[in-house]
Amino acid sequence: MEGMEEGKVKIAKGRTWRLFAGFFRIGFFTIGGGYAMIPLIQHDIVEKRKWLEDEEFLDLIALAQSLPGVITINTAVIVGYKVNGLKGAVAAALGAGLPSFLIIVLVASYFLNFRDNIYVQRFFTGARAAVVGLVLYAAFSLGKTTLRTKKSWLCFIFGLSLLLVLDVHPAVVIIVSGLLGYFFFKEEGD
Amino acid sequence: MLWELFAAFAKIGLFSFGGGYAVIPLLEREIVDLHGWLSSAQTIDIIALSQMTPGPIAINLATFVGYQTAGILGAVVATLGIVAPSVLFITVGISVFRKAEGGDSLKAVLGGVKPVVIALIASAAFFITTSAGVNIKGIVIAVVVFFLANKNVHPVWLIVFSGLFGIIIY
Repeated sequence: MEGMEEGKVKIAKGRTWRLFAGFFRIGFFTIGGGYAMIPLIQHDIVEKRKWLEDEEFLDLIALAQSLPGVITINTAVIVGYKVNGLKGAVAAALGAGLPSFLIIVLVASYFLNFRDNIYVQRFFTGARAAVVGLVLYAAFSLGKTTLRTKKSWLCFIFGLSLLLVLDVHPAVVIIVSGLLGYFFFKEEGD
Repeated sequence: MLWELFAAFAKIGLFSFGGGYAVIPLLEREIVDLHGWLSSAQTIDIIALSQMTPGPIAINLATFVGYQTAGILGAVVATLGIVAPSVLFITVGISVFRKAEGGDSLKAVLGGVKPVVIALIASAAFFITTSAGVNIKGIVIAVVVFFLANKNVHPVWLIVFSGLFGIIIY
């Protein structure tokens, strides 16, 4: 949040197109999304163009991850907004989203024809199992850094039981946990 | 149909925190349970596919579901739907968080949301295992993938090798 307080939005000509092109390239070359793109943006925006300071950039990334939405798009919108206002935000978001859009449209138009192929089905039966492993690992590695206090474990177990036992809509679980956090964590500021 | 696509994916965009796999339960609920646009197995296939192609899972799924249900226009509408909340939230809402008090409240709220994001991810693993037909062989693959991921092997390779392995053993 600190990054947004200090320093105004820096609007300059020629940046809109460069933001679009920069994020397009980043979107195109990041497989696995989200966190993989951070070093690339840092290289492009901070080191090469010098549009943002290092510390400013890290604050913006922290902000992008704590707001709702797709992290990649959040990052693009925040960096774009900071570098060139609303125009920059839209240009960066379009740039970041377009490669994935184009590739999926291409894949979708072919994949639908091959989906019934026996080898494709076997491939995806194996791949699905891999997704389970990857998802579990994501929960494990995030849990190591986040679940450090009794309170956070309580929130975790509470959320998990709402989701698995009571089958509550995930959006409702998010809202409830946010309210819970607001009263639970208010004094600590943690 | 187009409006339904837009609304469903805007909802997904609005309530996804923490990105990546944390979005899966929300996607399942909206795409599979409420609208029946894809089956559970198909949804997980797209997630696997997303790991092998550039771009975030949520965007890939939005584009794919939109394309399958309403062609290229559907793909555009669904993708815009998932992006719209980010753009609105950040450009309009940023002034709210500028105040120091707003920042503290946001931190407190996130203190509650972050552990639940992990619960969302953990429940995603459970949903996939039960609904997408992962059997004993699959569980063995999942365990191996878990340990290799812990050794920093890139997800792309884990998906590709598991898929090729699947062709051999299934």
